Amino acid sequence: MAELEVEIVAADHFVWSGAATMVKARTSDGEIGILPGHSPVLAILAEGELAIQPVSGERLTVGVDGGFFSVDSNRVVIVADNARIGGSVTADTK
Amino acid sequence: MGAQIRVYRQKIVSTTSMRKIFKAMELIATSRIGKARARVSSSLPYANAITRAVSAVASQSEIDHPLTTEPEQIRRAAVLIMTSDRGLAGSYSATVLKQAESLLELLREEGKEVKPYLVGRKAQAYFDFRGRSYEQVWTGGTDAPEFETAREIGRVLLDQFGTDFEDGGVDEIHVVYTRFRSMVIQEPTVVRLLPLEVVEEEAGSESDLLPLYEYEPEPERVLDALLPRYIESRIFAALLQAAASELAARQRAMKSAGDNATDLIKKYTRLRNTARQAEITQELSEIVAGADALSAS
Repeated sequence: MAELEVEIVAADHFVWSGAATMVKARTSDGEIGILPGHSPVLAILAEGELAIQPVSGERLTVGVDGGFFSVDSNRVVIVADNARIGGSVTADTK
Repeated sequence: MGAQIRVYRQKIVSTTSMRKIFKAMELIATSRIGKARARVSSSLPYANAITRAVSAVASQSEIDHPLTTEPEQIRRAAVLIMTSDRGLAGSYSATVLKQAESLLELLREEGKEVKPYLVGRKAQAYFDFRGRSYEQVWTGGTDAPEFETAREIGRVLLDQFGTDFEDGGVDEIHVVYTRFRSMVIQEPTVVRLLPLEVVEEEAGSESDLLPLYEYEPEPERVLDALLPRYIESRIFAALLQAAASELAARQRAMKSAGDNATDLIKKYTRLRNTARQAEITQELSEIVAGADALSAS
């Protein structure tokens, strides 16, 4: 099965990249799940958590506080203003 | 004679302590520049991703977005000038200000009003000293800019851009900063931030063919959300480049100042030795002359 090539970048640093089988994100309209072979999408991220299922290993959650993501030819680029692996951004700042 | 030696000695002492300062500044700049360059390169993925997305939206959908359309008449322009907070960086700030000055001149010649926005205490001092007005100034941390600062600047500028001319808004936004090309070359650069000139992806790299995106929600709202981020990231990138340039300029300036101090110390040491020898010679000849006079009597 094809894989997704995922890349997460925050404003001032690189966060994570790797192969994944599924990405679940929250947009301003609702949740969107991306599997390999998804049609190209450019969407706005809402504040909340992203879930990524890497090809190997544990499911990853990334807290973001807004941004956008693009999907094209199995390449997912998640561009967040602030991103933190394993939790929500707001919890970190409080 | 003794006075002259004392003067030279004082000069040597003061030059030596100045050299210590120069050396310290040089070392600090050298140690920070690596970090500054790393920050420039770690902000690149974000900037690239956002530029790609903005070009995709802007080139595919014929959206009439206020941020991308050129106003019929440009009557007022905002200029963001990025200098340093501190001196001892050679001609760094002066070069930027000179470049900014010629841009302001050009804009005025085109019949536009200009609203200056400043970054760094040096620019503030320059405008204050000449009694010229500016809209807003951001100081502190020009050698290690925060993303928050970029966001704030972006917000203020976008706000100005969104306001009508009659209410004091601006029709275009320029940024003057120093681009960091290498450790030896930093060049003052002027870019127009708004209205956007979205650069079409250079054809050639075959993988860069932009896909036809679906938008979620509508393209207008996507562009609404994307463009401020794009502006912020451009400003942040400019701030980072300016910081790296500032440190490089400081390092170079301090290096040559330190070298110069070493030369001066050498020169003054020689002069002091000459003066001391002359004094000894004179004392000797006085003694000899005195003894001669005594024995002759």
